[in-house]
Amino acid sequence: MIAIVRYNAGNIMSVRNAVTRLGYESIITDDQNELERADKVIFPGVGEAGSAMAYLKERKLDQTIISLRQPILGICLGLQLLCRFTEEAETKCLGIFPASVKLFPPVDKIPHMGWNNFINMKGDLFKDISLNDDVYFVHSFYAEISSCTIATSEYILPFSAAMQRDNFYATQFHPEKSAGVGEKILKNFLDL
Amino acid sequence: MLKKRIIPCLDIKDGRTVKGVNFLNLIDAGNPVELAKEYVKQGADELVFLDITATIENRKALAGLVERIAAEINIPFTVGGGIDTVEDVAVLIKAGADKVTVNSSAVKRPELISDIAAQFGSQCVVVAIDTKLNDDGWKVFVNGGRVPTPLKTMQWAKKVEELGAGEILLTSMNSDGTKEGFSLDITTEVSRNVNIPVIASGGAGSMEHFRDVFFHTGCSAALAASIFHFGEIDIRDLKKYLKNENIAVRL
Repeated sequence: MIAIVRYNAGNIMSVRNAVTRLGYESIITDDQNELERADKVIFPGVGEAGSAMAYLKERKLDQTIISLRQPILGICLGLQLLCRFTEEAETKCLGIFPASVKLFPPVDKIPHMGWNNFINMKGDLFKDISLNDDVYFVHSFYAEISSCTIATSEYILPFSAAMQRDNFYATQFHPEKSAGVGEKILKNFLDL
Repeated sequence: MLKKRIIPCLDIKDGRTVKGVNFLNLIDAGNPVELAKEYVKQGADELVFLDITATIENRKALAGLVERIAAEINIPFTVGGGIDTVEDVAVLIKAGADKVTVNSSAVKRPELISDIAAQFGSQCVVVAIDTKLNDDGWKVFVNGGRVPTPLKTMQWAKKVEELGAGEILLTSMNSDGTKEGFSLDITTEVSRNVNIPVIASGGAGSMEHFRDVFFHTGCSAALAASIFHFGEIDIRDLKKYLKNENIAVRL
């Protein structure tokens, strides 16, 4: 069973749809027991960091998430919330990844929206993924490159496209919206 | 490198795709889900669904359609047509839409843009601007391009950016339906003067038109309807052509 963390972030259904298309059963839940029992957990997110963190804290989901032992995949805002700190609403985050999240400097269009490729891929998440593959991004804040970065991408500057530490995985892009390439990456995670 | 996006637009009436479509391999080309899947297969980067009937009864049906699209489609899609309130948006986002587009209702009540952005994030608000060149410059038109407003296009574009729009879908009424190419001048002016992505729309008739709009205007994406629907241009061929012309696209 795959558990998708329920919180006040947009479009969680698209993550569930993608998991269903890959043939996995899933539940959307904010229940601590259900999250702990799941084989894999997905921590999605589109929205604003400050209110998302406040929501997680209110329900003690912040503690639950950082104590999970099975593979967990943060997506987009999910990646940013797993970092140390974000400039968005000056928010202290979950601190799994030793990186800060910053606003792109306004020298090109913001958000970084659309299809982009990545380099420096490491690990099983990127099995069968090539340098020419594109995935879909939409974000105005980016995670700095750190020791946990397992893929980098470039828009205005190089940033973390994906991160990993122990059982915590995260992608800045949306695998659930990234056509066949995204499906492969999601499947790689679900097969871990 | 960030790629330029190609976006087919599907007009929806009573839950069906309108405008003749001649994909021979589709059993039911009037079925928006089937047509959308075909575009995904061809390599469309995003899809836009516009409900051109947009009555209250149809809106409920639209949410059902959005659910079916979301279940099958693995690229981002935008839904629009008759969105007047944040509640309308909530229904569509919950059904699985990634973005919504607002047009006349935003001109009437600009705070709609900031309200949607506050609740769902800027990334999901696409403000559609229909523009037409007349004697005193490019002006904003509403109600499907039929009703003029005193708004200057450039001023309105800056305003929607300030209010929290995540993208602008700019349709030139002068070019729309002509198949003579996008309006490069106004697309350039808007794209160079706002710091959010601009989707060019109206006038696509050939692959060269896409090259020109990407090469000259600074737009992030180009949208078209009939040339894709009628199979005049296959998106795969278009993207190969653009790549050969040194435009960054996703293949």
